[in-house]
Amino acid sequence: MSTAANTAEEPIIKCVGLQKWYGAVHALKNVDFHAARGEVIGLVGDNGAGKSTLIKILSGVHTQDKGDIFIEGRNVSITGPEVAMGLGIETIYQYTAMVPEMSIAQNFFIGREPLKFGRPGLGIVDRAKMAREAMEGLRGVGLHLRGPDTPVKALSGGQRQGVAIARAMHFRSKVLILDEPTNHLSVKETNKVLDHVVELKGLGITSIFISHNLHHIHPISDRIVAMARGEKIADLPAGEISVDEMTRMIS
Amino acid sequence: MKLNVRNLMARPEMAALLIFVALFVVFSFINDRFFATGNMTVYLQPIPELAIVAMGITILIIAGEFDLSVGSVFGLSPMVTVLLMQNGWPTAAAILAGLMIAALIGFGNGLITLKLKIPSFIATLGMLFMARSFAVVLAGGFPPIFPRELDVSWLVGRLDLGLVTPRVSLLYMIAIALVLGFVLRRMDFGHWIFATGGHPQAARDMGIKTERVKMACFMLCATLAGFAGIIQSFRVKVIVPNLGTGLEMQAIAAAVIGGVALTGGVGSILGAVVGTLLIAMIENILILSGVNANWFMFAVGAMIVVAVVLNTQTRLKAEGMKG
Ligand SMILES: Nc1ncnc2c1ncn2[C@@H]1O[C@H](COP(=O)(O)OP(=O)(O)OP(=O)(O)O)[C@@H](O)[C@H]1O
Ligand SMILES: [Mg+2]
Repeated sequence: MSTAANTAEEPIIKCVGLQKWYGAVHALKNVDFHAARGEVIGLVGDNGAGKSTLIKILSGVHTQDKGDIFIEGRNVSITGPEVAMGLGIETIYQYTAMVPEMSIAQNFFIGREPLKFGRPGLGIVDRAKMAREAMEGLRGVGLHLRGPDTPVKALSGGQRQGVAIARAMHFRSKVLILDEPTNHLSVKETNKVLDHVVELKGLGITSIFISHNLHHIHPISDRIVAMARGEKIADLPAGEISVDEMTRMIS
Repeated sequence: MKLNVRNLMARPEMAALLIFVALFVVFSFINDRFFATGNMTVYLQPIPELAIVAMGITILIIAGEFDLSVGSVFGLSPMVTVLLMQNGWPTAAAILAGLMIAALIGFGNGLITLKLKIPSFIATLGMLFMARSFAVVLAGGFPPIFPRELDVSWLVGRLDLGLVTPRVSLLYMIAIALVLGFVLRRMDFGHWIFATGGHPQAARDMGIKTERVKMACFMLCATLAGFAGIIQSFRVKVIVPNLGTGLEMQAIAAAVIGGVALTGGVGSILGAVVGTLLIAMIENILILSGVNANWFMFAVGAMIVVAVVLNTQTRLKAEGMKG
């Protein structure tokens, strides 16, 4: 029994038998899911298939009613977003989790401000560090914005997603979940987001990418997971399925 | 440099500050009794009480909630304090109890709003009546007599600054403003307050416990209202159960004039103070000029509209400016 070999092969995320009800709606029916280090997974399915429900459980917004989640082999209970983030799971939402009136630097560190003094909730924020690291993080994803004090409301949708991705990177995410991050974005901005995902793969970061645009998903994914009516209906390498076959499968 | 102008214009209290400076100059010219030492002392007298309430309201509105019960708490807290002193409690303990009642009411507001998921506007409207009723019942038909011999100089004594002699309470107000301003701008909890009101879902998804943040703001707002009520009752050395009736509207007016946005996520402590200074200044000049006092409400109403319009315009301008 070689434990070292086991950990190397251990998927970074593994879900077993996930179930979720919203009242009478059975949104997830016994779903198994796994992702390896550095893997890009395209999660597809029709409206209401349960994609968002699955990833919201992983990002701590909801908790499953049944089933287990293992992060790097460890059984975890993700009771809130801060728990997920603590485990290295960062989420990029379609709506961009940013407060428009607050600055880029403030949004970058929202809820996780670096402190000069004190403890979280009773601390004095280190504003110089926030400005410096936010700008470094943005340069890291190739974004050159006006300055750390610019309010986020002054940014375009694509720039906001760029800040969200840089933020996720800064906090050393192991798993990046992107739930329809390219809706409302221009073609150019969409390509930028897709490029980011490919770059992250090079850094060994796992991405779970949800989109209704199969042409976006297919080229960047290693594996396609398809859902319908709360169940996983397919899970196969992207090379083994074409966009047309994917379209037929989920519609 | 240009960037600084833009940032300055984008500050929520900018419009109120401009109106304040302009009116101050105008009033000094049109009435030579306005900028006179005696009048400035009179002018500053009620400022701390309203400003402290307005600051609490401002923080709560930034967090995305509302409190209509501050006027009632303003009356209830000193009622409790004075009654306890009558019963032989030491002053400090009686004041502490008054503040704790206020905090408890804030907790109740938070509980009703957050757990039962009803708008704070409704929850605190209910509390407005309940807390007032409580004060009236406690007074028991005969308002308690304020202990005349009590030493209140530490709270509302005269502060001889040469030109003006405001009350010591002005120092308390300044201290509270500095602390709250520091919390809002420099502490992580302040960021959480702005995030909670500015975009609740983003705040939650980023791991901020928005309900706890709001609860803290409800309790802070009520406690400040209670403290302000204690200051006023100690200043006038009277306690009546209807103390602070209608005060919620003035405090909200001060907060709004000071640039707080009812949508949450925007506002400042300085704005609450300047808003208060403006309202008190309008009242002062009307009295000085012998104008029918009933014009006061008209003037405050007009100022709310002017300040908010001006605010919206300067902020839009600031956003349009390229830095
Ligand atoms: N908060 C909720 N309360 C009640 N029902 C919900 C909730 N969220 C989702 N549902 C229901 O659960 C089912 C799965 O929804 P989910 O959002 O996971 O689908 P999805 O695959 O993300 O769809 P879309 O592509 O439209 O985003 C749907 O029937 C939906 O109506
Ligand atoms: Mg969805």
